[in-house]
Amino acid sequence: MLSTLWRPALDRKTWLSVLAKADPQEVKDLWGQLDVSPEFSWLRRPEAGAVMVQGRAGGTGAAFNLGEMTVTRCTLQVAGGAVGVGYVQGRDKGHAEISALADALLQSDLMHRILSGLIEPLRRSADQRLRARASKAAATKVDFFTLVRGED
Amino acid sequence: MSNVAALTGGFSTPATDAAAAFRGVMNAMARPGTLETLTGGSGPAPLSPAAATVLLTLADATTPVFLGAAHDTEDMRTWLAFHTGAPIAGRSGAQFALGTWGDLAPLAEFSMGTPEYPDRSVTLIVECDTLSASGSTLRGPGIESEAHLSLPETEAFQTNHARFPLGFDTFFTAGDLVAGLPRSTEVS
Repeated sequence: MLSTLWRPALDRKTWLSVLAKADPQEVKDLWGQLDVSPEFSWLRRPEAGAVMVQGRAGGTGAAFNLGEMTVTRCTLQVAGGAVGVGYVQGRDKGHAEISALADALLQSDLMHRILSGLIEPLRRSADQRLRARASKAAATKVDFFTLVRGED
Repeated sequence: MSNVAALTGGFSTPATDAAAAFRGVMNAMARPGTLETLTGGSGPAPLSPAAATVLLTLADATTPVFLGAAHDTEDMRTWLAFHTGAPIAGRSGAQFALGTWGDLAPLAEFSMGTPEYPDRSVTLIVECDTLSASGSTLRGPGIESEAHLSLPETEAFQTNHARFPLGFDTFFTAGDLVAGLPRSTEVS
């Protein structure tokens, strides 16, 4: 059973990871509640593509191709000059746009507002999903054991 | 992100801009000596809008690009990596070569293709100060009788044509103008 989940410090890599794996509808709902609408210009408009996901057996073996997944990406620049990138799973362009905007604003003085209003709630629900999955998997665990045999 | 300005200049409406640019690039190469206008892309100086658009249209992660001395800047590398993903290569490994005519020499080091695969050759993108339909005479496929183009020199293109089917193809760019000169064209 997972009691404590690994919690890295909130750096750019972490928040981009949280945004990339979040549920698009949840991202949009939370973003709507934040009520920030910064001016921005596109550096790269949202585009969907496929990336090859690679894995390593046991984490140390040779890399193998696990399969392709759909990714939507975009890059934009907000009025302050900060550049935000959004790489998200799936083909929801709105999700990618919000991720890029959030990434740009997380580099500005709005950082704490975005962190508490968007990133933290998304992290909590990601934790919940992980826990639910882990407990579901744990419930099916089978322990094999041998009774003490009768001989002295 | 060293310089954000280096990230600007991509197509603003990628689908239609790329299609229009591709058509312009294709027409330029199909009708040697014809000047086509290419807009939509722009990049860090000294890259011309036409050359930027050609690169945005044709270059990708599978086409190594050689940069001539004047174009081999940090901003240019950043721009190319962000918009096209094309790796930077030396002369021998390049599929595209960008630079002024002087910077691209010596041409002999570029790939001219092999008899089995003549397409595995370099395409030069030559940045010119001006470009006009006057000067050297062009004859060959895609030209009804003859066409004229202001070439930086004729000898290199005569040598190149003599190598046919091997050889390089060339785009000349100046401002937002582009002209094509494939290896099949006879220059005099």
